[in-house]
Amino acid sequence: MPKARAAKKTPIRVLIAKPGLDGHDRGAKVVARALRDAGMEVIYAGLRQTPEEIVRAALEEDVDLIGLSILSGAHMALFPRILTLLKEQGGQSIPVFAGGIIPDEDARRLKKAGIRAIFGPGTSLEEIVTTAQSLARRPA
Amino acid sequence: MTGGSGRLPTAARAIVDGDRRVLARTITAVENGDPSVDRVIRSLYGRSGHAPVVGITGPLGVGKSSLVNALVSRLRALGQTVGVIGVDPSSPFTGGSVLGDRIRLERRADDTGVFFRSMASRGAAGGVAAATREVSRLLDAAGFDIVLVETVGSGQVDVAIREIASTSIVVLVPHLGDEVQTLKAGLFEIADIFCVNKVDLPGAELAKKDLAELVTLGGRPTGWAPRIVGTSTVEPPVGITELWDDVLAHEKFLDDSGERLRGERRRLSSEIVGLARDQVGRELLDRLERDPALRKLLDDVVARRIDPRTAAHRLVRGERQAR
Repeated sequence: MPKARAAKKTPIRVLIAKPGLDGHDRGAKVVARALRDAGMEVIYAGLRQTPEEIVRAALEEDVDLIGLSILSGAHMALFPRILTLLKEQGGQSIPVFAGGIIPDEDARRLKKAGIRAIFGPGTSLEEIVTTAQSLARRPA
Repeated sequence: MTGGSGRLPTAARAIVDGDRRVLARTITAVENGDPSVDRVIRSLYGRSGHAPVVGITGPLGVGKSSLVNALVSRLRALGQTVGVIGVDPSSPFTGGSVLGDRIRLERRADDTGVFFRSMASRGAAGGVAAATREVSRLLDAAGFDIVLVETVGSGQVDVAIREIASTSIVVLVPHLGDEVQTLKAGLFEIADIFCVNKVDLPGAELAKKDLAELVTLGGRPTGWAPRIVGTSTVEPPVGITELWDDVLAHEKFLDDSGERLRGERRRLSSEIVGLARDQVGRELLDRLERDPALRKLLDDVVARRIDPRTAAHRLVRGERQAR
């Protein structure tokens, strides 16, 4: 069942989730709000999600895009796990972007592993929205 | 035509066989009005009609999502599989939406007995989306024992869930207003069950008493006297078992009284007429714009030579004569 995203103007569906154990969700909420204001349907999965829960939600909700927010420092463990699970369950075409506190060296490696965009502190919402839109319309 | 086994389109077969990815994609296509799934939807209709569809409605912030989660836990404990649709509002300004009903769902990453889908209302009034009915039917055809539909936080007249649910739970909390509120038209008229949630808060007994008085003034037109149950989803949960038992009691009443069939006929006739109206409307609009004779009709109305009612009459009558 091909998605007629380009042909028809239907809202982009995006999952925003916080993997792992940090409890700081202000960033995720700000991004969710900005994506909403850009006309997207944002499934807000909230705090302390396991990779398994995130992948399950993404597939059930049939999202076009996944956004992960993380401040705990566990990104090198959690993000690759999410990408692996997505692949195992047939969701490898769903682009994943991320934001939070992620050192440059880690960001480089995560991008190589398949995270499509990584936003650090100070990124403008405009940049996040524009990137999200272009990722959703050009899946891997 | 429908319901026969072995002749389903591939996607329909996959849905019946439990392929959740195909189910999820088909739901997206239904939401988007994608005609490519038309055959799939039609072919699965005959397989629906088994699952009770339970609507959970009520004002925003009364705890509908938490109750849905509690009901899912209860149903899983009973060995029942559950499909859930959580509807949240789309922005009338941007079309965007934050769908947050999933947030209350407990850890169920490996439980295939639950399927949860968030849905934006996409401009539909009444508390559900245009696609909610067809998607609930899809979950039913996919084999879920029970379908739960959580509405948008409802206002006083958001009663569209009645057109979808076999049992409607209206969720309230203490201190929403005095007993006169319970007399007002709309939301209070559709309850098969009144659920006073956050029953641990002060004022819960008064709220239940006001509702009990309302029920003594007369039940639903079907003859069913709405049940009233107090619940709390704060650990340890209160009243969830009773709430589900009340749902089952109402479902049994529907079967025993013949109301299920009457309700189905009523709902389906309004669905058929609604679909027919949409289709005829599209066709008429199309002709009004393309057919020169009918364009003349429009010209006459624009020039104030005839009025819109007369023109509408002629439009429809012309339609009949042409056939």
